[in-house]
Amino acid sequence: MTTASDGATTSDAPVVRLAGGSSARRPTHLGQEVLFPTRDQYLDVVSALRDEGFETCADLCAVDYLTHPGRRLPEGVVAERFEVVVNLLSLSQVRRVRVRVQVPADDPTVPTLFDVYPGTEAMEREAYDLVGVVFEGHPDMTRILLPEDWEGHPLRKDYGVGRVPVQFKNAPGPR
Amino acid sequence: MSGTSTDAGDAVPHPDTVLPDPVSGADYTEPSDVGTERGLLIETSEGAQELFRRSETAPDELRREAGAVLRLPEGVVVNTDDIDVERSDDETMIINMGPQHPSTHGVLRLMMELDGETVLRTKPIIGYLHTGMEKTAEELTYVQGSTNVTRMDYLSPLHNELVLSMAVEALLGIEMPARADWIRMLLTELNRVSSHLMWMATNGMDHASTSMMIYGFREREMILAFFEKTTGLRMNHNFIRPGGTAADLPDGWEDDVTVICDTVLPRLDEYDELLTGQPVFRQRSEGIGNISAEEALALSLTGPILRSTGVPWDLRRTMPYLRYDEVEFDVIVGTFGDNFDRYSIRLNEIRESIRIIRQVVEKMPAGDYRVQDKKVTPPPRGRIDESMEALIHHFKVFTEGFRVPEGEVYVAIESPRGELGCYLVSDGGPKPYRMHIRGPSFVNLQGMPVMMRGGLLADAVVVCSTIDPVMGEVDR
Repeated sequence: MTTASDGATTSDAPVVRLAGGSSARRPTHLGQEVLFPTRDQYLDVVSALRDEGFETCADLCAVDYLTHPGRRLPEGVVAERFEVVVNLLSLSQVRRVRVRVQVPADDPTVPTLFDVYPGTEAMEREAYDLVGVVFEGHPDMTRILLPEDWEGHPLRKDYGVGRVPVQFKNAPGPR
Repeated sequence: MSGTSTDAGDAVPHPDTVLPDPVSGADYTEPSDVGTERGLLIETSEGAQELFRRSETAPDELRREAGAVLRLPEGVVVNTDDIDVERSDDETMIINMGPQHPSTHGVLRLMMELDGETVLRTKPIIGYLHTGMEKTAEELTYVQGSTNVTRMDYLSPLHNELVLSMAVEALLGIEMPARADWIRMLLTELNRVSSHLMWMATNGMDHASTSMMIYGFREREMILAFFEKTTGLRMNHNFIRPGGTAADLPDGWEDDVTVICDTVLPRLDEYDELLTGQPVFRQRSEGIGNISAEEALALSLTGPILRSTGVPWDLRRTMPYLRYDEVEFDVIVGTFGDNFDRYSIRLNEIRESIRIIRQVVEKMPAGDYRVQDKKVTPPPRGRIDESMEALIHHFKVFTEGFRVPEGEVYVAIESPRGELGCYLVSDGGPKPYRMHIRGPSFVNLQGMPVMMRGGLLADAVVVCSTIDPVMGEVDR
């Protein structure tokens, strides 16, 4: 895992044909394959990957890039505030692939992967709960870790970190 | 947040400062109230998390549900004819188990729909132990990070530390010295033994075998005593850190480890006599809580649960990390995916772990236990007394931390419960921009409704036990 030190995403990576005639680049980052489909291609790309032999979805999470907008992305990918990251695993090919889809802030929705990988059920609920990305078509889009009446999504970067005021003698005011 | 990235964010207003409001559909642009009370009142809950009565659940939904919240796609694994959508509410009963039930292994709440004593639907309701560790991680430096993650899966803390350290090292692009890798292997394998012993103990308890409970804890105590000698703490060690380990192994560790192996191994045979061959135990575990390989893969289950269905998938073998490709061990695989298979897999994995530990004792190389990179690890204590530069580096590492190159990486290891993954995003600062832990317990819980469906309520406790959820990791 600690072998590759080429931080840059290679732009001359082979272009792989994916479902719907759309082509998506398959560059690698730190030796890991990464795909950047658009939101419209997302479901097709993941379905195509499952047909390609990625039997299981290892992980799904969402990232809020509000305070880090200038991140490195391959050419042609427009950075949006949110990103849904799916890590697929192929047991037969012993391979992992990562799918990163950009989700705009004014419409934070992506189609659910539930019909492709039922195992994403809890993961999508977690991503909704903590980051506030809505997965359209998910059968039970409710909070999973936080209470039902919780307000806000804690892993968003504009969600304040709670502080408890503590009384000290001659203490400067709260930060 | 590092100073540079915040400045950059302020200088160039990002188009994404418009926050969504899915409830009313209205946008609002008030970046000023970020973090304030009003800023938090953006969205509220989308509904209750409970299991609903049959009359309140759509027939289509009932068909999809099969087990419970886990709705497998129709036609793949679920025979939809099995599901009686016409059944009225009067015939069934929804009961609540937990979150304070002693058999749920922590604050896990199960809502079960019963027909007599048969479980129809189950829905695990989690979150009672949520402590916002992923949010906390964004406030801690990489050096402090392992104190945070070690508390997630409290039965295998060293695996948590290892996965975070490996993710940070992958982003840093540094190679570990051989001894650091081998020390990590020794400790994580001992941790696997202690975790599985703890599981044997509680699983025995769930089968009403209180002797097994005492025995499991007795053996685990030996390993915890060794951990205390090595790391200073019985649990939550913060010993495996980015860049290596906190210290070298103590003098005479070989003898301690050999004594542990020599004691635990024959006692596993005693467990065999106590449980494996016992008719009551076998009747209560064989053919109970079945799951097929297809279901397990569809539900992203990993670890002993996946292996119990006959899939030989163990990251130590299939995607070797550390030096697992240099030791010999077998991947234990089951056949039926039932409780008994999961029991025997864990029992035999203890044997395999001991086999690995013995090889580690033989092959442990000499050398550094952490990488000698002044920017990542603190200098040796002796250097601080004589070198101003070393003092400065020491100070910098523990106050500001070290900066990690921008990028993101997903690293996974085999924890006692399955694939423990860490998705780490760095913005070039000394703190993770985002740290996501893929907890195997969290994902494996999804298998529970499938395993429990059609079983008896009395077996539900045992099924829950064989999934081996650690609520600290489920809720994080």
